[in-house]
Amino acid sequence: MQIFGVPLQAMMSQLLLGLVNGSFYAMLSLGLAVIFGLLNVINFSHGALYMMGAFAAYIGVTSFGLNYWMMLVLAPLIVGVFGIVIEKTMLRWLYRVDHLYGLLLTFGITLLLEGVFRSFFGVSGQTLDVPEALSGATDLGFMMLPNYRAWVVLASLVVCLATWFTIEKTRLGAYLRAGTENPKLVEAFGVNVPLMVTLTYGFGVALAGFAGVLAAPVINVTPLMGSNLIIVVFAVVVIGGMGSILGSIVTGLALGVIEGLTRVYYPEASEVVVFVVMVIVLLLRPAGLFGKSLA
Amino acid sequence: MKRTKRTMRTAIALSAAVCAAGLSTPVLAQISGDTVKIGMITDLSGVYSDIDGNGGAEAVRMAIADMGGAINGKKIQFIVADHQNKPDIAASKAREWFDQQGVDMLIGGTNSGASLAMAKVAAEKKKVFIAIGSGTAQLTNEQCSPYTVHYAYDTVALARGTGATMVKQGGKNWYFLTADYAFGQSLEKDTTDVIKANGGTVLGSVKHPLGASDFSSFLLQAQSSKAQVLGLANAGGDFINSVKAAKEFGLTSKMKIAGLLVFINDIHTLGLPTTQGLYLTDAWYWDMNNDTRTWARKYFAKMKKEPSSLQAADYSAAMNYLNAVKAIGTDDGDKVMAQLKKTKINDMFAKNGEIRPDGRMVHDMYLMQVKTPAESKAPWDYYKVVATIPGAQAYTTKAETKCAAWK
Repeated sequence: MQIFGVPLQAMMSQLLLGLVNGSFYAMLSLGLAVIFGLLNVINFSHGALYMMGAFAAYIGVTSFGLNYWMMLVLAPLIVGVFGIVIEKTMLRWLYRVDHLYGLLLTFGITLLLEGVFRSFFGVSGQTLDVPEALSGATDLGFMMLPNYRAWVVLASLVVCLATWFTIEKTRLGAYLRAGTENPKLVEAFGVNVPLMVTLTYGFGVALAGFAGVLAAPVINVTPLMGSNLIIVVFAVVVIGGMGSILGSIVTGLALGVIEGLTRVYYPEASEVVVFVVMVIVLLLRPAGLFGKSLA
Repeated sequence: MKRTKRTMRTAIALSAAVCAAGLSTPVLAQISGDTVKIGMITDLSGVYSDIDGNGGAEAVRMAIADMGGAINGKKIQFIVADHQNKPDIAASKAREWFDQQGVDMLIGGTNSGASLAMAKVAAEKKKVFIAIGSGTAQLTNEQCSPYTVHYAYDTVALARGTGATMVKQGGKNWYFLTADYAFGQSLEKDTTDVIKANGGTVLGSVKHPLGASDFSSFLLQAQSSKAQVLGLANAGGDFINSVKAAKEFGLTSKMKIAGLLVFINDIHTLGLPTTQGLYLTDAWYWDMNNDTRTWARKYFAKMKKEPSSLQAADYSAAMNYLNAVKAIGTDDGDKVMAQLKKTKINDMFAKNGEIRPDGRMVHDMYLMQVKTPAESKAPWDYYKVVATIPGAQAYTTKAETKCAAWK
């Protein structure tokens, strides 16, 4: 059986691979959405922090003899703490001014981080092996799926859904949302809003660090790996609707799949298709697929 | 009034005499600005900065130091700049250096686009330009110039090296994974020609965007072609990510992988377990003979890694340029080019190398195979030399050239 000239088996395997890549988009755009939704900051350093997570995993495994699983917990913590330092020392002074200042600051931080890592590690990149327990591949009938890729999808889905649940369905999430709507009022109820904002930023960037660790064994770990991805992730956020939590998850996965299909039918356009979708969405629904209408 | 007139007359007479004296001295030993100034414009911070970059600049400094820092008492100076992989930056920097800084010879590190742009400026200013790490064969073909030397390798040599040998070893059916821009496409085309000429076939190819985020779907398409050889017409990070994914998806057990532009730094990143058995073509390897090892040891002492073929070529090019200047006692562009073209190059980089009228530095190329982890005795002990490809066979021939200067 064929679909537009492509055998069904090949089609299914490409869809699955698209889902794997979509998982990374989902996780990264989720972090951006959380930060934008609650802090109103366009966090351009997200890509660099993703890179930092991958490098933290690499350094932990090669220099400190820790294993992948430890780094899966440790690296996001390190990146999260780093994010908290950024928020406490620099970002917090910019909440009252235009979005653009936050964007410029975080862009500067990106350049700084990339420069530091480049001077230590060069640009050729580092390799982290797939952990023992997840090496090998499973025969799905239509393709051999490397076990590690399956793990990526599983891990990112769990993290994304847990985040969505926390923010949308729990009391803590309710405080967070209220704090961004009207910080003065929420503070009057005795909630420490600045602390909450700091922790939110820390959590958002920790998500980037987590994605970095997940990516480290399958792609080349280089100081520039974040810049290559961040533009696509921003497009995902725009398509999903700025600040929409569920929107960023669903859009991330869906765009991964669309990109996968493009790789079969018109491979040359596979890095552009996300932006084509973005243009169409902006024309038809300027606020994004899941965003609240601007009007 | 009279006195002034006489003074004037004397002054004119004197200056005429000085002029005459100046004309009568032979225009031999002339070093412009009393310094020999070498400039190098390369990628110091981007994707190509490991294969050339600061290591390449260090190699040029080593050549200057080995020359004693001066020629016939005239100082040798060296300046470096980053073109950030932007041809316009490369060209404007080159222009500034020739016009204002008195640069006599320019070394173009990596990036074909930047090198083509710099070659034009150098030709306009009649200064020697030596392209080291850019791949495009256009530098000595369609866009050849009397002032350009293309030193280390080109896409034609890569195609002929890896393509021909693998077909002869039984890899008849090929599938290409190609970076979708000028460099990748010309590499695929050149290799396809070689494969067909040797009786092989190309079953298909998939073109991926430069810097693609994921290669797994492209590789699945390659796998379903059932070809024997997967030709990787890409470079750097794209090459690394392709090989990583090929290993992860088990392609390496069914297909032979041919890297069409691979540097030792790529192998160092990927590690031998992933790359063992891979075939590639390179101009130079640090562990080929005593000469290469001796030089590599000195380089290692400074940079703490083994040199790539480009870094070795940087040294060799600078050294041969300085020798040419020393031999003829001038840094005049035309005279130095004439001297370079009539001198054989014999050093740790090339044996019996020669610079042809089209500017191509012709020297032997080597087909390498990556060692297995068991064969490798030490870090950076990565390659076995499988075959030597004589320079005359590796590069564009006189029958094929479109360079007017070599017709």
